[in-house]
Amino acid sequence: MSEALSFRFSVDGENFTSAGQASVQVKKNLRQLGLDPEIIRRVSIAMYEGEINMVIHAGGGVAEVKVAEEFVEIILEDHGPGIADIEQAMQAGFSTAPDKIRSLGFGAGMGLPNMKRYTDYMDIESKVGEGTRITMRVNIT
Amino acid sequence: MKICTIKELLDARVLAGEERLGNHVYSACGSDMMSDVLAYVKDQAVLLTGLVNTQVIRTAEMMDMVCVVFVRSKTPTPEMISLAEESGLVLLATDKRMYEACGILYSGGLVSNKVKKATV
Ligand SMILES: Nc1ncnc2c1ncn2[C@@H]1O[C@H](COP(=O)(O)OP(=O)(O)O)[C@@H](O)[C@H]1O
Ligand SMILES: [Mg+2]
Repeated sequence: MSEALSFRFSVDGENFTSAGQASVQVKKNLRQLGLDPEIIRRVSIAMYEGEINMVIHAGGGVAEVKVAEEFVEIILEDHGPGIADIEQAMQAGFSTAPDKIRSLGFGAGMGLPNMKRYTDYMDIESKVGEGTRITMRVNIT
Repeated sequence: MKICTIKELLDARVLAGEERLGNHVYSACGSDMMSDVLAYVKDQAVLLTGLVNTQVIRTAEMMDMVCVVFVRSKTPTPEMISLAEESGLVLLATDKRMYEACGILYSGGLVSNKVKKATV
């Protein structure tokens, strides 16, 4: 059995311009591994939404991507404000993003629902005042 | 439709990806909200937008799009242009506004939805 491959990135919370860099790099890495383009696209979109969330809501964090035999796993961890009501946050259109973020093209409240839609598994652990950890998986087979 | 036809129809300038103007695209969408593009776009290969920041380029790349058209005379930064070159995107800029640019392409045969995927 081969070891799962993993990539780790720190996501800068101060810089909206660089948000998404980790996702772009992951997309390149997965292409090099020769994964199916549709799988890569689903991983990329889910991770990009999560990365943007870490930047606009949580002041940055750490992203880790593991390529196992049966799935690609994305773990996004931050020490931001946490999510008080996860069920509400998951609703399409719910957003606490300020207008400034909307003028940058984000904050429509579609990120978390989109992450759920593009992945086969998604789990959110969050504690107010401590942070958020999101685990997503996209099956390879 | 060939990307060079989009360029001609919109009287657009080519800012990146000159060598890919011969590629074909089959569908397009227009939006200033990247959130909406990420949530609702399926196989559209061309994005028309009035928003100018690096996230436009990354959104297009994540979605496997092949061409971004900036409307209303918006000009992307050198950083955006080099990001686009790196990821193989064609960048065009037109003086036309969103409504007009979309209308011209739509009536030229580039629809909003087509099952067939773009050839890259
Ligand atoms: N990493 C996070 N840390 C704290 N809050 C978050 C995080 N991710 C999402 N949220 C909360 O969940 C809401 C919904 O997220 P999302 O669906 O991505 O919409 P949007 O980012 O457009 O607001 C956000 O507005 C925010 O309140
Ligand atoms: Mg979001």
